[in-house]
Amino acid sequence: MSRIGVFTCHCGENIAGTVDCPKVAELSRQIPGVVHSVDYKYMCSDPGQTLIKEAIKEHKLDGVVVAACSPRMHEPTFRKAAAEAGVNPYLCEMANLREHCSWVHEKNEATTQKAADLVRVMVEKVKHDTPLTPIKVPVTKTALVVGGGIAGIQTALDIANAGHQVVLVEKSPSIGGHMSQLSETFPTLDCSQCILTPRMVEAAQHPNIKLMTYSEVEKVDGFIGNFKVTVRKKAKKVDEKACTGCGLCVTKCPNKKIPDEFNEGLAFRPAIYVPFPQAVPNKPTIDTANCTYFKNGKCGVCSKVCPTGAIRYEQEDELITMDIGAIVMATGFKLMKTDKFPEYGYGKYKDVIDGMQFERLASASGPTAGVIKRPSDGKEPETVVFIACSGSRDRAKGVPYCSKICCMYTAKHTMLYKHKVHHGQAYVFYMDIRSAGKDYDEFVRRAIEEDEAKYIRGRVSRIYEEDGKLIVKGADTLMNGEPVEIKADMVVLATAVQSQDCSEDLAQTLHISYDKYGFFAEAHPKLRPVETNTAGIFLAGACQAPRDIPETVAQGSAAGAKVAALFSQDELTREPIVAVVNRQAPPLFSTCTGCFLCQTACPYQAIEQEEIKDRSGRVIKTVAKVNPGLCQGCGTCVAFCRTKAIDLAGFSNEQLFAELMTL
Amino acid sequence: MRIGYYPGCSLLGSSREFDESVRAVCETIGLELVEVPDWNCCGASSAHVLDHELSVALPAKILAQAEAAGLTEVLAPCAACYSRLIGAYSELEKNPDHRAKVSEIIEMPYTGAVKVVNVLEVLERFADVIQAKAVQPFARKVACYYGCLLVRPPKVVNFDRPEDPQVMDQLAAKVGATPIDWPFKTECCGAAFSVTRTDLVAKLCGKIVDSAVKLQAEALVVACPMCHSNLDMRRPETNAALGKDLQIPVLFLTQVIGLAMGIEPKKLGIQRHMVPVAFNAPTGAQA
Amino acid sequence: MSSANHHESRPDTLAARVKAATGISLAQCYQCGKCAAGCPVSEEMDLTPCQVLRLLQYGQDKYDEKAMRSAGIWLCLSCETCSTRCPQEVEIPKIMDVVRAEALKRGIAHPKSKDILAFHRAFLDSVEQTGRLYEIGLVANYKLRSGHFMKDVMLAPKMYVRGKLGLLPHMIKGTAAVKRIFKRTLGSKG
Repeated sequence: MSRIGVFTCHCGENIAGTVDCPKVAELSRQIPGVVHSVDYKYMCSDPGQTLIKEAIKEHKLDGVVVAACSPRMHEPTFRKAAAEAGVNPYLCEMANLREHCSWVHEKNEATTQKAADLVRVMVEKVKHDTPLTPIKVPVTKTALVVGGGIAGIQTALDIANAGHQVVLVEKSPSIGGHMSQLSETFPTLDCSQCILTPRMVEAAQHPNIKLMTYSEVEKVDGFIGNFKVTVRKKAKKVDEKACTGCGLCVTKCPNKKIPDEFNEGLAFRPAIYVPFPQAVPNKPTIDTANCTYFKNGKCGVCSKVCPTGAIRYEQEDELITMDIGAIVMATGFKLMKTDKFPEYGYGKYKDVIDGMQFERLASASGPTAGVIKRPSDGKEPETVVFIACSGSRDRAKGVPYCSKICCMYTAKHTMLYKHKVHHGQAYVFYMDIRSAGKDYDEFVRRAIEEDEAKYIRGRVSRIYEEDGKLIVKGADTLMNGEPVEIKADMVVLATAVQSQDCSEDLAQTLHISYDKYGFFAEAHPKLRPVETNTAGIFLAGACQAPRDIPETVAQGSAAGAKVAALFSQDELTREPIVAVVNRQAPPLFSTCTGCFLCQTACPYQAIEQEEIKDRSGRVIKTVAKVNPGLCQGCGTCVAFCRTKAIDLAGFSNEQLFAELMTL
Repeated sequence: MRIGYYPGCSLLGSSREFDESVRAVCETIGLELVEVPDWNCCGASSAHVLDHELSVALPAKILAQAEAAGLTEVLAPCAACYSRLIGAYSELEKNPDHRAKVSEIIEMPYTGAVKVVNVLEVLERFADVIQAKAVQPFARKVACYYGCLLVRPPKVVNFDRPEDPQVMDQLAAKVGATPIDWPFKTECCGAAFSVTRTDLVAKLCGKIVDSAVKLQAEALVVACPMCHSNLDMRRPETNAALGKDLQIPVLFLTQVIGLAMGIEPKKLGIQRHMVPVAFNAPTGAQA
Repeated sequence: MSSANHHESRPDTLAARVKAATGISLAQCYQCGKCAAGCPVSEEMDLTPCQVLRLLQYGQDKYDEKAMRSAGIWLCLSCETCSTRCPQEVEIPKIMDVVRAEALKRGIAHPKSKDILAFHRAFLDSVEQTGRLYEIGLVANYKLRSGHFMKDVMLAPKMYVRGKLGLLPHMIKGTAAVKRIFKRTLGSKG
């Protein structure tokens, strides 16, 4: 016969306001198997927990039911208290009298009766509980960081500096990301490259960081502490060890008319190229889709001129599989393109550009060496219109959310423009100025007051070309919606920040959740901002939502700290709530018939096949086996099993039936 | 091939040449027009100003008549009629309760079985036939003017792209014309204010005509009787507002296609325009 | 928790009427002004489209009245430029229809609406009588209603010689049915 104690909590007025707690305690005392039952105002408080611990010792309890709030809230608290008093923590259960009863019902007799029923159910469960031991799994102390922008670089450096190994994977030929394309950064106007490139070099030279550029994550198996990751190292067609980075091949390549991604299509690059002068690694890659040799077998100039014979036309992609303990996603964002705006010309006007293109025009390393020249004819634009919220906060044709960074970078653009074109006039069409951040609003005021940007509160209805000018038709809502027409030389659209095209595929590869816009979902918007719902996978930067540089760096460090904390342990403890396939005496061995329906049903690939052999090694039977490291305890396999061979520890069929039968 | 035909009131009077040219072109490409029996006015731009229910009931009556006559698709060449018909169709499509109420008002069953199409949509289906039959290419620079009602509201008409539409340009190109890329394709001409606010119409038409001429178009091409009468009949007021004397002719797309197919200009109603259809250099089809 | 009635809007505001008649919520408008920016006639309006919506957003009689008394609402051409470009998918022309109808009902429509209304009424008169529009009848009726007798007198002969004036009205067989449609919808409003 069990010796169960029931502890009913008032939760202040939360439960006691509608449920007669002393009555619940009294009714519980009458349940067979219950030897002790009390109620108390705050069971989770220190004295409350002491009450439980002392009762366990005094009444020699072998099971505990705490009738209080949701187990999500305090199950760990009470299980810990039970364990401290010598009861296996999995023999301590909670009856949820708050969310399931007092908060959803009026104060009356029936509510108290329901509370008593909930206690009785849990008492039955405890009677059928078996002691469980937490599962220990080892931790591989190597982190994988996906994405080599500032988010990934920061994360990798922080993990590496904590003494752990990091593999930093970047899909393009160089790390640096969008930040390497920026001219100067708000709110301090320091040169983006100047602050970024030292970090890039540091990452490349760090003894704990292994850099894999031009590489993509192909497959992820396993679980926290024990992932198996396959990375595709795309063929650069250049032997990185033999190449000295002299750049002769780049200079001699005859095919120089390929739109340059780094310069957002405002310049051209050759087919063998280094994305930008400060690229890391500073070695070229052949763009096979545009290389003459790969298109028709002719040319081969790069191979002929290379002084070290480093060109490898025959080089193939490599698939590299590695053991990884934690993964940080830092895959960044993309900007909506100007062709997505029907009323602004569907991208047909060359002088209607996006914010990143303006960064390239303003950048000293850009196609105009930092001189502001408009793309159509290279003239210096004397009037530039900046349009904020282009595609953002536009549920009809764009995205409904605020892209967050545009207000600030647009203010910065007006400043950079004024600093370079002194007689020029910048206009900004905006809806709201969102400049919450340290020194941010002061920065916007400076753009308006010192650099004389004219801010007009209203959206632009249309842009068209007439007599060599771009006619921008907006309205000033601070002047009763008065139509405003500006004849501009160039228009810069602050286009919406969107998730990367590959984000959904990548999320599916990693089994992490994402929102309807393709941004990766955090585990909790406030309390777990850099974790995903999949243990061991973390997030940093704009792959989660639009972010500026300071936030991205902070998040990168946060994710790094999470990984470091994980790697501070040699073993991980996991809840033992996992599925188990039964074992029986020979000749049956198990009621499992080996249909493996469970294997197809399991969402976590946790079910393996196990061969039962006789002494001579002959296979007698093949049955299912659950890998407790992978099993998440969802119970799907239990429901699918035709022969009732699988049970979920802590939630066995027998327990659930016992709970139901008592009602 | 047959299709229901709803000419609408303007095409019986002030825009007879649109009716004439649609009929002539359809005959040539082998499309039989079956007029909706005993059709009534759609309410145009007046009904909805005074009463919403009336503005739905009048077009619904037309579609119900077409349905009773066993038609499944009705071509409404007049853009205003097209807009009212497809607007009513779309509203009743979304709301079955409203369908029942309207059926009572019009004393006829309305089930939504009849689809509404505009003239560009129909001609687009015959693009290859039209190209093959264009024996006298209309080798002129043209400014294709769509106006409001063929492309807006996009969720209702669901035709071409709402800004910078292309279908009329492509059709004009099929018969040898060179459509210009210009920014006023869908700017409003002032529509129903022709009589009441002629000053406004003159101002709005002024921008349209001026831009077309500046970009060296030799003709404006339209597919809407309201646009046509504003751009053509209101030219004296437009020119006065501009302080210019612009003589660029305004043709219906069906007239352009008809001319290129070698149809007799008179049969296309070319002589009915206020701004004479005449061109400077004899580079192409002559009217 | 606050009172349950706290957010219930009054059923007699213009915004509520718009919602009932068209399903459009005025709260959707975030006052970006894109409608006013693209409207072909906003320069002529005393209240631009976004201002009309702003007044309606308050749900107060004095602002509703200001919107209904404006001349601008009578200039809306229903060209749908605003609704096509509105980032919040507000169908402004439909709202304008409701505001105009309400202004007429209360007899507070702007005097400048007189000619425009005269035209629309003349137009519908013609349709009500014959089932189709009789253009000469429309012009004659409009001149009577508006008092602009000399308007376009020079145009008629030009149209006549070009065969653009049908001298006789087209009567359709279903004239009686059309009349009944008018009676059931417009009723006495016309």
